[in-house]
Amino acid sequence: MIQLYNVSKVYDSGIPAVSDISIRIAKGEFVFLVGPSGAGKSTVTRLIFREQLPTTGQVFFRGKNVLRFGQRDILQLRRQIGMVFQDFRLLPRKTVFENVAFALEVIGRSRREIRERVPVALAQVGLQGKEEAFPDQLSGGEQQRVGVARAIVKKPLVILADEPTGNLDPDTSWELMGLFEQINRDGTTVLIATHAWDIVNRMRKRVIALENGRLVRDEEQGSYRHGA
Amino acid sequence: MALNSVCYGVRQTLVSLLRNLWLALASSAMIAISLMVLGAFLLAAVNAGQFMRVIESTVEVNVFLKEDADVRGIQQRLLGLGGVEQVTFVSKEQGLQEFQRSMGDKADLLSGFEGENNPLPDSFRVRAESADLVPALAHQISFYAGVDKVLYGEEYVEWLVKITRWVNVICLGAVAVLTVAAVFLIVITIRLSVVARQDEISIMKYLGASNWFVRGPFVLEGMLVGFTGALLAVAVLGAGYYYLVAALWQMTMLFFVQPVIDTAVLTPIMGGLLALGLLMGGVGSLISVRKYLRV
Repeated sequence: MIQLYNVSKVYDSGIPAVSDISIRIAKGEFVFLVGPSGAGKSTVTRLIFREQLPTTGQVFFRGKNVLRFGQRDILQLRRQIGMVFQDFRLLPRKTVFENVAFALEVIGRSRREIRERVPVALAQVGLQGKEEAFPDQLSGGEQQRVGVARAIVKKPLVILADEPTGNLDPDTSWELMGLFEQINRDGTTVLIATHAWDIVNRMRKRVIALENGRLVRDEEQGSYRHGA
Repeated sequence: MALNSVCYGVRQTLVSLLRNLWLALASSAMIAISLMVLGAFLLAAVNAGQFMRVIESTVEVNVFLKEDADVRGIQQRLLGLGGVEQVTFVSKEQGLQEFQRSMGDKADLLSGFEGENNPLPDSFRVRAESADLVPALAHQISFYAGVDKVLYGEEYVEWLVKITRWVNVICLGAVAVLTVAAVFLIVITIRLSVVARQDEISIMKYLGASNWFVRGPFVLEGMLVGFTGALLAVAVLGAGYYYLVAALWQMTMLFFVQPVIDTAVLTPIMGGLLALGLLMGGVGSLISVRKYLRV
């Protein structure tokens, strides 16, 4: 599904964010991308989303080289990836329903399709009955569930989450992870960048660890720290 | 673009316009003012052009012939010249009659000059296609055999040519400045609504919205603002021009100044102003949004 070959990224400031990383993520996998702040986790998600281009190396999505993508291909790529953000990025003046519907509106789906699919996505994240609420009337955990519903409503192939639990308390974080696991069980590939070591340790999923922009570990059913 | 997206864009445009209604009205008004001045310049230019043509048509070269001149031959040569519109032969008798007529009640002073005693020479009256050709033509004709003297309103013609040129330069300059100013106003207006929706735009890009999906509502908004302004300008200009012409008519000034009332000339000007309003609105919005589309 996603392949990075010897990817390095040096920002304009001259600081290398990632150096010579190779990662291969298959369809239907659940992967944690771990490491301290500044290790390069966000850069990896940005490279996959083609928000940034690597300085050297190649990035493939479904066998296609994203470096060669034109404007149209980039749109297609982004429509197949559901993004979940640490700060939720909901629109404060839209209701829960409208926020989720927005994801379908911007890719030109019909009103009928929106009316059908939004309630399904909201039910999946357990937010039935909150359709008319505004984001600031919800708890942090609920807001992030709206974020997840917005990511999955367009039925993406991949969910990319950048520190999704960064603003949540431990219990809520744990619930959210359960949600991601369930989405993954339905066949969606999930990649979560996080430094919530306790969650990573309990989940026993594949762990890719970065440190100072280098890939230091990649193991199935891994934990946050080697041997922990 | 899909119909759904078009509906979405139209809704966004209306919401955005309503939210910033006063600002939108203000920039419509500013555009109206710019286009009004521009339109007034155009109307003035069209009328000046017509006025010039009327004056030009009266600018003639008088070619006086020697007694023994080959009238036929000179007429042929004059007709063969480039830039000559009309050549009229004025015999010495006709010349005298015209002279008498212009003297009015003192015409009897000229009695006794008829027939053999007529001191006036035969002449040609040459009308050029435009005033700026007159000096060169006059110079050329003066070397013809049999031509005694060539006269034309020398200073008058040169003055006319100079004025025409300056009027054109000033009009073009003013139009350019006003157009830039109006576009700049639209850029500011749209930038405000772009900034108000900046978060939305960045989220849109993350959700996979195409550039035109993001741009569309803003461009539409700008075009609407521009068109409203242009409509206002055309209405005010049209009404103002109508009353001006009517007033001139009443003052029977029309004998001296003939304003352009031909709809074949006026309609393109008004239509052009409307199109320009739309175009300025669209271009201004595009300039405004460009920077915010990079994700």
